[in-house]
Amino acid sequence: MSYVLLILALPLSVFVVNGLLSGNLPHRLAGWLATGSMGIATVLAWLTAYNYFFQSSSYEKIIPFRITWLRFTETLQIDMGILLDPISVMMLVVITTISLMVFLYSMGYMQGEKGFVRYFSFLSLFSFSMLGLVVATNLFQLYMFWELVGVSSYLLIGYCYDKPEAVAAAKKAFIVTRFADFGFLVGILLLSYYTGTFDFTEITNPENAAVAGMTGISFMGLSVLTWALILIFMGGAGKSAMFPLHIWLPDAMEGPTPVSALIHAATMVVAGVFLVARMFPVFSFHAPEALDAVAFIGAFTLLFAAIIACTQTDIKRILAFSTMSQIGYMMLALGVSGYGSEGLGFTASMFHLFTHAFFKALLFLGAGSIIHALHKNDIREMGNLRKHQPVTHIVFLIACLAIAGIPPFAGFFSKDEILSAAFASNPIYFGVAALAAALTAFYMFRLYFLVFWNNERTYEHTPHESPVIMLIPMIVLAIGSVFAGFIPFGNFVSSDNQPLHTHLNVTIAIISVMVALLGITVAWIFYKKESSLSEQLSNTFGALYHAAVQKFFIDELYLFITKKIIFNLISRPIAWFDKHIIDAFMDFTATVTNWVSKEIKGLQSGQLQHYAYIFLSGVLLIVLVMIFTNT
Amino acid sequence: MLLISLIVIPALTALAVMFARHAQQVKTLSATGMSIQLVQSFYLLYEFLKERSAGNSETVLFGNRLEWYPSLHISFDYGVDGISVAMILLTSIVIFTGVFASWEVKDQAKEFFASLIILATGVFGFFISLDLFVMFLFFELAVIPMYLLIGIWGSGKKEYSAMKLTLMLMAGSALLVIGILGIYFHSDVNGSHSFNIIDLANQNFPMEMQRIFFPLTFIGFGVIGALFPFHTWSPDGHSSAPTAVSMLHAGVLMKLGGYGCLKVAIYLMPEAANEMAWIFLILTSLSVIYGALGVIAQTDLKYINAYSSVSHCGLVLFALLMLNKTASNGAVLQMISHGLMTALFFALIGMLYSRTHTRMVHEMGGLMKVLPFLSVCYVIAGLASLGLPGLSGFVAEMTIFVGAFQHPDMFHRVITIIAISSIVVTAVYILRVVGSLLMGPVKNEAYNNLKDATWYERLATVTLIAAIVSIGIAPLWLSDIIMESLGVILD
Repeated sequence: MSYVLLILALPLSVFVVNGLLSGNLPHRLAGWLATGSMGIATVLAWLTAYNYFFQSSSYEKIIPFRITWLRFTETLQIDMGILLDPISVMMLVVITTISLMVFLYSMGYMQGEKGFVRYFSFLSLFSFSMLGLVVATNLFQLYMFWELVGVSSYLLIGYCYDKPEAVAAAKKAFIVTRFADFGFLVGILLLSYYTGTFDFTEITNPENAAVAGMTGISFMGLSVLTWALILIFMGGAGKSAMFPLHIWLPDAMEGPTPVSALIHAATMVVAGVFLVARMFPVFSFHAPEALDAVAFIGAFTLLFAAIIACTQTDIKRILAFSTMSQIGYMMLALGVSGYGSEGLGFTASMFHLFTHAFFKALLFLGAGSIIHALHKNDIREMGNLRKHQPVTHIVFLIACLAIAGIPPFAGFFSKDEILSAAFASNPIYFGVAALAAALTAFYMFRLYFLVFWNNERTYEHTPHESPVIMLIPMIVLAIGSVFAGFIPFGNFVSSDNQPLHTHLNVTIAIISVMVALLGITVAWIFYKKESSLSEQLSNTFGALYHAAVQKFFIDELYLFITKKIIFNLISRPIAWFDKHIIDAFMDFTATVTNWVSKEIKGLQSGQLQHYAYIFLSGVLLIVLVMIFTNT
Repeated sequence: MLLISLIVIPALTALAVMFARHAQQVKTLSATGMSIQLVQSFYLLYEFLKERSAGNSETVLFGNRLEWYPSLHISFDYGVDGISVAMILLTSIVIFTGVFASWEVKDQAKEFFASLIILATGVFGFFISLDLFVMFLFFELAVIPMYLLIGIWGSGKKEYSAMKLTLMLMAGSALLVIGILGIYFHSDVNGSHSFNIIDLANQNFPMEMQRIFFPLTFIGFGVIGALFPFHTWSPDGHSSAPTAVSMLHAGVLMKLGGYGCLKVAIYLMPEAANEMAWIFLILTSLSVIYGALGVIAQTDLKYINAYSSVSHCGLVLFALLMLNKTASNGAVLQMISHGLMTALFFALIGMLYSRTHTRMVHEMGGLMKVLPFLSVCYVIAGLASLGLPGLSGFVAEMTIFVGAFQHPDMFHRVITIIAISSIVVTAVYILRVVGSLLMGPVKNEAYNNLKDATWYERLATVTLIAAIVSIGIAPLWLSDIIMESLGVILD
């Protein structure tokens, strides 16, 4: 299966070609080069999936390609390779498919932009990095591609580099995730120090004695292994925008909308989920405490982001908080999952990752279609768009139904599994997940009714439907959002790579559909027509509402720490100390030398009498000393 | 012969430059000489790899001894191992690009290029020497022209900076002389003293002697390697120095410190190194994070890069003091990586300054729009500096961190984590500069008429970027030739 290498090589070469020739390449050529290559890569990815899932009986880890990239010690080395197992093959399909759709869509959305070629170059760099991340054979390779997706995200958020908000958002995204990666790196070092390897196959082997041995070494009440995994999860939480490392994601919406769809909704932000899934056997067998942390953070973010999403007015930011919340579901499902036959949560998490990629990318592309027509982001200035954009309206509705968990759309099935897994583990988690499901339905349909129904607004130009090249990807994703749920996912992806037979939990399905319908109904009452009900609602919640609008002041807290404490209380004093203490000391040494030499230079006056006087005094002194010491 | 010509070619070039008739000829001669030097260095690498793959496992290759002053046992011993080959390659790349970065020097061009190339000659001599005395001579040959180059062609408070830099480095040299003489007088090779490093390495110096002379040698070399708190010559020196001098100084000269610490202090006095490492480890880990945090409050591009160099070079000494092969390998990689990227930084700062006539970050803005080529180069340099995979900085830093973390001792691992935290701070200051310097709206109307890079500027930057990228993508060969030489030094 060495053609898998080609899946990575294609976007990489597009990045290099478009990047080097960015000034000289005609836009259409550059765009079709990127899209065509991604098309081939997508076909190859589906072919890989077909061969992997249907042509072999057992889902073993296959490594079709591996080279040594850098040797640290005799045992520790970084390999570059390709590891195929159910989750990486699934991710290959998701990434290439969504990438292809976004590439196609961008051909229309970005048409006429000055940095068109640069845009496709960076987008290809992202796809390459993301693909390299999921097929990594070892932790360090994953970390490398992890950083590369980070930088592609930085470059794409800052695509409009003359817009200060975009630059600030790009910087923030990179630095916050860098901070998380600091933990990730220390976690990798801790793990590799004790196990002597970075290799996934070895680390995740349940019989690995070195890994098991790490549970015996305790540090501050938890085993070293738990610490290592929590630190690694810190990296995952940063990339996946989990509380409290989530602050970069809403700002990242400054990037072009197709970028948000690909990177900040469907693929990169689920890298943290993928990381935990990749290391899942270690979590599950040796460090249940770390898994509890994953579940807790997931559940908290799930609810936290859903509450904020209900109060936001920027269409993309609502979707961003929704993404955080949905990733919270995936983390929660992993956190409550067991291994093997108990591994419903694992399968559910991967399933939700898969379906979410479709409907969330679709939501963003739909939002892009609206923004493309209106040139504004505020949902309060939109209304009645179903008249102007009928196709966008239909696909957006499908995506809303899918994310709200209405059968038979895709989100229903994956969310049902997550709720079942949460229910089996802890009723509180189930309660949180169900409440968030109601909120999800509410904020999505609040958005839907405000934008597509409600009153007609006065627009500068009459909004028009987007061109076909943008509609096709949306329709394809809509088809995915309708049917993806019917895939018997447990047969393909499970914690131990043995088929897991899942079935619909009817009680939970009824509960989840009921709460979703409740959310939709409330949104319908409040927002289908212009009414004052919503204001009354926000007034009832008062303080909570205002805190949620301000995103619970987490940004302000960060600003306080970075600006007030690190800059004013650490950096500046250091600069001052260096100049006025250390450097001044060096200057002082020079000054003293200068002064001493000035003081004693009189001794060398050039006058003979002066020398003779000193000479004779010296002789006299020595004679006196000799006389007194001898007696 | 190959090694001798590595110092003869630059020496001849410098001489020929002095006889040139006009500025154009000076530049042509310098460029030709340094191109030959670059080709030679790659040829040396090729020969070296050929010998090694043929199974030649001598400690040093292409070595020879020319008697010079037998009664004091001083001879010109030379030879190279993997580390020297790598450093020679770095030097020839930096001086080659430095010549093109100084293409616009007008005043006394002849003397400028001659001094620059003499400086490089000293560096090449230093890297091939195996005799402590000769090594020291070359070291001084590299340091002295610096005074003239900054004092005459510099900018700002150049006399002060040149004096400060020279005096502080001289103070370091003074310690170094004592250290070298101490080693010499305690040696006993076949009944006589010796300056030869290979001979000295087989000596077992008594602990009392090592306790005195290890710190002297280490600090002596450490001063030029920006060892905290002896680093303050660096920000002032760099900010006053002309572009090519900053490039050469930060790119190569500061590496003499790390190279000397490894090949003299640690190699010859390993027991003391082991015993005293903790003191210097605290100093260096401090300088890694202190330098990085110090950058955030700076506003002058050259100061920013100078403090960032303190942080990155602190990591070199930090890694060497871990005294294991992986970390030391990382240290050498970091010397090369930092040399390349800091040369690129200084080259670019010089190019921006010649256009905007300011180095203050907040006075510039939106340069990406008007100077796309230079700006993209600056972003690449920045990404290399913050350790992006695919560029050389990542390889070096990760080797250091992994190596340092292999130390079984808790203390070492804790300070390693402190050093690792610098990757976050580095990202902060790099992106802050990139953000306000290159992005955002164009701040100054006059910038709209700026011309992007000329051919010689493109040549200089592209050469450096090519080196940074090729190490970043395929580091194994480099890491292997360094590793194999470290075996001798550290075992």
